[in-house]
Amino acid sequence: MSFDPYATARETTEGRVYSVTGGDWDELATEIGATKEERVVVNMGPQHPSTHGVLRLILELEGETITEARCAIGYLHTGIEKNTEYRTWTQGVTYVTRMDYLAPIFNETAYCLSVEKLLGITDQVPERAQVIRVMMMELNRISSHMVCFGTGGLELGALTPIFFAFRDRETVLDIFEEVSGLRMNMAYIRPGGVAQDVPQDAVSRIREACRDMRKSFKDNETLLVGNSIWMKRTKDIGYLDLAGCMTLGVTGPILRAAGMPWDLRKTQPYSGYENYDFDVITTDTCDAYGRFLVRLGELEQSLRIIEQCCDKLDQLNGAPVMVADKKIAWPAQLSVGADGMGNSLPHIREIMGESMEALIHHFKIVTEGFRVPAGQAYASVESPRGETGVHTVSDGGTRPYRVHFREPSFNNLQSTAAMCEGGMIADVISAVASIDPVMGGVDR
Amino acid sequence: MSADEGMFGVSGTGDTSGFGGLVRTGASTGSAERPYGSYFDDVADDLERAYPEFNDAIESVVIQNGELTFHVKREKLVEVARVLRDNPKLQFEMCLGVSGVHYPDQTGRELHAVYPLLSMTHNRRLRLEVSAPESDPHIPSLTEVWAGNNWHERETFDMFGIIFDGHAGLTRILMPDDWVGHPQRKDYPLGGIPVEFQGATIPAPSERRSYR
Repeated sequence: MSFDPYATARETTEGRVYSVTGGDWDELATEIGATKEERVVVNMGPQHPSTHGVLRLILELEGETITEARCAIGYLHTGIEKNTEYRTWTQGVTYVTRMDYLAPIFNETAYCLSVEKLLGITDQVPERAQVIRVMMMELNRISSHMVCFGTGGLELGALTPIFFAFRDRETVLDIFEEVSGLRMNMAYIRPGGVAQDVPQDAVSRIREACRDMRKSFKDNETLLVGNSIWMKRTKDIGYLDLAGCMTLGVTGPILRAAGMPWDLRKTQPYSGYENYDFDVITTDTCDAYGRFLVRLGELEQSLRIIEQCCDKLDQLNGAPVMVADKKIAWPAQLSVGADGMGNSLPHIREIMGESMEALIHHFKIVTEGFRVPAGQAYASVESPRGETGVHTVSDGGTRPYRVHFREPSFNNLQSTAAMCEGGMIADVISAVASIDPVMGGVDR
Repeated sequence: MSADEGMFGVSGTGDTSGFGGLVRTGASTGSAERPYGSYFDDVADDLERAYPEFNDAIESVVIQNGELTFHVKREKLVEVARVLRDNPKLQFEMCLGVSGVHYPDQTGRELHAVYPLLSMTHNRRLRLEVSAPESDPHIPSLTEVWAGNNWHERETFDMFGIIFDGHAGLTRILMPDDWVGHPQRKDYPLGGIPVEFQGATIPAPSERRSYR
């Protein structure tokens, strides 16, 4: 007899199992009512609107209480790590930026830091490039946290926050577009520096945006902080204490909401974070509300860093944004034109009309790429979701031998079971929203 | 380690400019000599003191790119990990997952598992590396020591076919349950399976385009 997945009832080793996929529930309820045991297994997702993309939660219920929660992932697996092995080190940026699509700049930076480690040019990355990286990362942190507030609010039934959040996110994406030519997945950070310099008038516009955002952040703050409904949905929900965080390898706002002031920007500074004045925000509530407060506090800190970046950019006006070594630096010196990012005209003039050597270098680096000394390196950055770590292995060739991303979303999602079991089904939504997983990063 | 060469079906180096001749030699992968520098000596000393079988368990110590790597014998991995986690002088309380690497040319140790460790107490990092032959792809699981390695080990099993002994539920995590093969191995083609479209079979991308 063939297996029919839509049959209402079937015998298994676990006993009689009823599958509910629609139809007449009264009939089913009568039939189930006669049995002693009633374990209900609910598949939440992968197309459920509040499971953050294609996350599938398998929940075992007793009444409305969750006795067991498991995540099923992989629905968005695209083989990015494998793909990078078939492209040059520079082209790898274009792939990895698409992993955690809400934090593209962090993926790019982490990847580039590890490639630079392999190349041994960590100290040669120009200061202006580092300042631009920091500024872009902090802007990205704002846009990422905004999605967390917006969608997190929607999932709990608060319809207003997303309008405020996406308004501010739009401000940030506009800046991204002005700087890199693209709003998402910019491939802007490159091994050795950044793809192109920040346009002349962008710095003053970023300052203006910071001023506006500092005011407009208040909208969501006044709406949610202390809001009794919001507190009831998030306070003491999704509890994960410090010991739980440590053993599960959880980092980022979840760890900081458990009272641990661990932020790689402070503890293991990269890209010159040691030169900026900012605070690490913590709470000690270990719950979804605490994580919300941590993210809210980080917005203000990001603004502080961005403003310091703007001052530094003014001082470093005209300084190089790419490593001086022409054997590594991307040759095109791109610029943003009317149709987006492209080769700059002065560069075209140079390679086509003036310098044969420049043309050869351009051709070799663009087609073949640069060689990276054999070995392995691990570099990590503090992304909006925690430690994004990149393990790269080179065999001395022009393409990565292996690129592995230690994605914070992937790791943190493991804590779903610890946060949800024993709680109510409605609180699963709140707990998952407070993890803020991005499935592009989880599945890669 | 061998490399596929050229980008557009060129055999040899394809080097016309002399540019490719400027190869930087990689750092030696042999065992490093003392002193290791930085905090690396302290870590090695503390581990040696806390773990008497140090010389037997640690195959080699590699310092590269400012990072310390211990190559550990697979049968000693769990013991070493436990000492690294529990000893107050070492206290690597966090393991940041596991990354598999496939070296088809290293006969007898084709599959590597790489564990980045982090000590928040001492603000230090350390890398453990374990190898296993392709014919016997077994490495003990570290989920007993760091529970957070659960999914990471499942991913590495999925992608490389490394079997982590002692893992409570070692199933595929990213690929479908019934998938055949381990996609991130070097002998697995990019794009995986040939696609059948209206009767004609299109080979995997790495076969049909000059990726190699």
